[in-house]
Amino acid sequence: MNELLPRLPFADWIDTGVDWLVDVFGPVFDGIATGLEATVETFVDIMDFPPSILLAVIFALLAWWFSTKKIALFTLIGFLFIDYLGYWYPMLQMLALVLTSVAIAIIIGVPIGIWMSQQLMARRIITPILDLMQTMPAFVYLIPAIFFFNIGVVPGLVASIIFAMPPTIRLTMLGIEQVPKDLIEATEAFGSTTWQRLLKVQIPLAKPNIMAGVNQSIMLSLSMVVIASMVGAPGLGTKVYQAVTQLKTGVGVETGVAIVLVAIILDRITQHAGRSKQGGKES
Amino acid sequence: MEEAMLKKKIEVKNASKIFGKSSKRAAQLLKEGKTKKEILKETGATVGVNNAAFDVLDGEIFVIMGLSGSGKSTLVRLLNRLIDPTAGRILLDGEDIVKMNKEQLRNVRRKKIGMVFQNFALFPHKTILENTEYGLEIQGVAKEERKNKAIESLHLVGLSGYESQYPGQLSGGMQQRVGLARALANDPDILLMDEAFSALDPLIRKDMQDELLQLHEDMGKTIIFITHDLDEALRIGDRIALMKDGEIVQIGTPEEILMNPSNDYVERFVEDVDLSKVLTANHIMKHADTVQIDRGPRVALRLMESLRISSIYVVDKGGRLMGALTAQDAVAAAEKNLKIEDVLITDVITTTGESVLTDLFDIVSTATIPVAVVDEKNRLKGIIIRGAMIGALAGDNQFINENGEISDSNQVVAEVTEHE
Repeated sequence: MNELLPRLPFADWIDTGVDWLVDVFGPVFDGIATGLEATVETFVDIMDFPPSILLAVIFALLAWWFSTKKIALFTLIGFLFIDYLGYWYPMLQMLALVLTSVAIAIIIGVPIGIWMSQQLMARRIITPILDLMQTMPAFVYLIPAIFFFNIGVVPGLVASIIFAMPPTIRLTMLGIEQVPKDLIEATEAFGSTTWQRLLKVQIPLAKPNIMAGVNQSIMLSLSMVVIASMVGAPGLGTKVYQAVTQLKTGVGVETGVAIVLVAIILDRITQHAGRSKQGGKES
Repeated sequence: MEEAMLKKKIEVKNASKIFGKSSKRAAQLLKEGKTKKEILKETGATVGVNNAAFDVLDGEIFVIMGLSGSGKSTLVRLLNRLIDPTAGRILLDGEDIVKMNKEQLRNVRRKKIGMVFQNFALFPHKTILENTEYGLEIQGVAKEERKNKAIESLHLVGLSGYESQYPGQLSGGMQQRVGLARALANDPDILLMDEAFSALDPLIRKDMQDELLQLHEDMGKTIIFITHDLDEALRIGDRIALMKDGEIVQIGTPEEILMNPSNDYVERFVEDVDLSKVLTANHIMKHADTVQIDRGPRVALRLMESLRISSIYVVDKGGRLMGALTAQDAVAAAEKNLKIEDVLITDVITTTGESVLTDLFDIVSTATIPVAVVDEKNRLKGIIIRGAMIGALAGDNQFINENGEISDSNQVVAEVTEHE
C-alpha cells in the first residue's frame, strides 16, 4: 500500500526550514534569548533580595489586597512551608519562569484577542493556530526551541509562552464579544470611536473574562515547568525531574506539593482579582 | 413661532432597509411591488423597512408605532445610521446623513441626536454620574464642565443624589431616567426613544410619559418615540406613524388615526382604544347659545323659548362667561323688573377644552345644566351635553368635532331640549 503513494518527506522539509531559520535569523534569536534570560534572572534577583520571610509577608499582603484575608493567610503559611522544606530558591526560579511567561502571554495575547473580536478575518485565521498551539504535545516545541535558543531557561520559557497563551487570547475575545449588544449600540449612538468603545466599555466589561484567561494561562504555564526543566530550565521542575530519574519518591512528593501550593496561591489570587468590584445586582 | 414650528427637522425620503445577502435583488423586487413574504420566499432577504417617507417637524413628538416585527426599531435606527439604509435619503436639517463619512456621522451623533434604549443600556461598570457624562466624555469635554452638565441633566430627570450609585442599584424607572439624562446631557436637538418606557410597569410608565411631556414643553426638543402601545402613542404623540410589515400605513394626528383609519389594519388596531382617554371636551362640545348680560330678562326668555331650552349661558361683550340663567328665574326677574345680573347663577361648573372625557364623567353626570367649556380667558367656547358625550364614546362620528371645530348646531337644540 505504501508504494501506491510516494511518501512526502515532511520531516525533512521541516528540518531544512528550521536549519534555514537558524542560519538566517541566528543573531535575532540570540538577541531574544539574551533578553528573555535577563528578564527571568532579574525576576529571580529581585525576589531573592529580601529574606524569605519578608517576601512571604509581601506576597501575603498582595494576596490580601487582591482577594481575602483567608487567602492571604494561606499564602503566608504556604510560602513559609516551602522555605521550611528547603526549596525556596528553586521555587523562586520557577515563579520567575511562570511570571515571565504569563506576562509575555498577556502582552501578546490580550491585543490579539481584541483584534480577533473586531475582525472576522483575523479570527478565522488565528483560531486554528490556537488549536494547534494547545494540542501539539509540548515536547515538540522544545526541539526547535533548543535549536533557536540553546539549552537553558529560554527554550522552556518559549514553550511555556506558546502553551499558556491561547486561553488568554480566547477569553479576551469571548469577553469582548459577550458585552451586550445594546451597550455597543449605546456607545455607537453617542458617537464613540472604535477605540473609545473598546477602552471605555468593552474591555472594562470583559475584565472578568480576561482575568479568567490569565488565570488559565498561569495554570498552564505551571504545568510546563517540569517539561521545561528537561531542556535545562532551573527551578522546582528540575527537582521533580531529578527525583523521577533517581526514583526518589519522597523528594518527588515534597517538590510536587511545593508546586501545588504555588499553583493554589496563584490561582486563588488571580480568581479574586477578576471579580469586579461594582456594587449591587446586575442590570 | 408658527413658522418655526413648521420647519422640517428630519425628512425621510423613500428609505428602505433589507437584511440579508441578496439585498440588491430584493430591492429590485420591492420596486416591482412584491410583498415582504414573497421577497423572503424568493431571495431569503428580510425587508425591515419598505419605502418609508415622512417628515418630522421641529419641536414635535413624532411617534412611530407598530407591533413587534413591524420594522419600527429598524426605522428609528436608520435615522442615526446605527443601521445603514439599503436605499433612500434621510435629511437632517437638510443634510443627507446617508452620504456622510464616519467623522461627520460621529459629529451628528455627538451633537444632534441623542438616543434612549428599551432596556436602558446603561454601562454597569460606571456610576450614574459617569454614565450620564459618557456622551460628553467621548467628545473630550473637560472634566469639571461635563460633571456640571451631567449633574444638571440628572437634576432635570429628578435623580439628584444618586450620582455615585451604580445602575444595578437602581429600579427600572430610575435606570431609564438615567438613560434619559445621559441623552439630554449632550443637549441634542433630537431625541430618539426606542420603546423607552416599554420595560417599565404601567404606573411608572405613566409617570415617565408625563415627565417626558413636561420636559418636551420646557426644552422643545424634537422627539421621535417608538412604541408598540397605542395608548402611549395617543397620549404623547403630536403625530403618529403606524407601521405594518415594514411599511408606514398611516401618518396623522391621534384624532385622525382614531377617527379616520386609512385601512382595515389601522381600524382593527384602534378599535379597542379607550376613547374616553383620547377624546377631549373640544371634541364633543356643542355650540352654546348665549345672551349678553346687558340685555333684559325678557330678551333672554324669548331666546330660550325660540330655542326651546330651559336655561341659557350669560356672557359679557367679550364673550366671557358671566353665569347661567334659568327660564324660571328669567320669568321672575321679568315680573319684578329686575336685571339679568340680579338673578344670575354664578357658580356654574366649567371645564377646559383639553380635558379628556374620563375627567369629565363626574361633573357632567351631576351637573343640572350643561357643563360650560371655557378657554384660559374664561371665554365660553361651547357646552357639553350628556347625549353627545355618550354618542362620542360609542364611536359615533356625528358627535365628534373634527379638530375641535364645532360644525353642526341645529342638532344641539334638539339635544338640549331632550336633556332638560
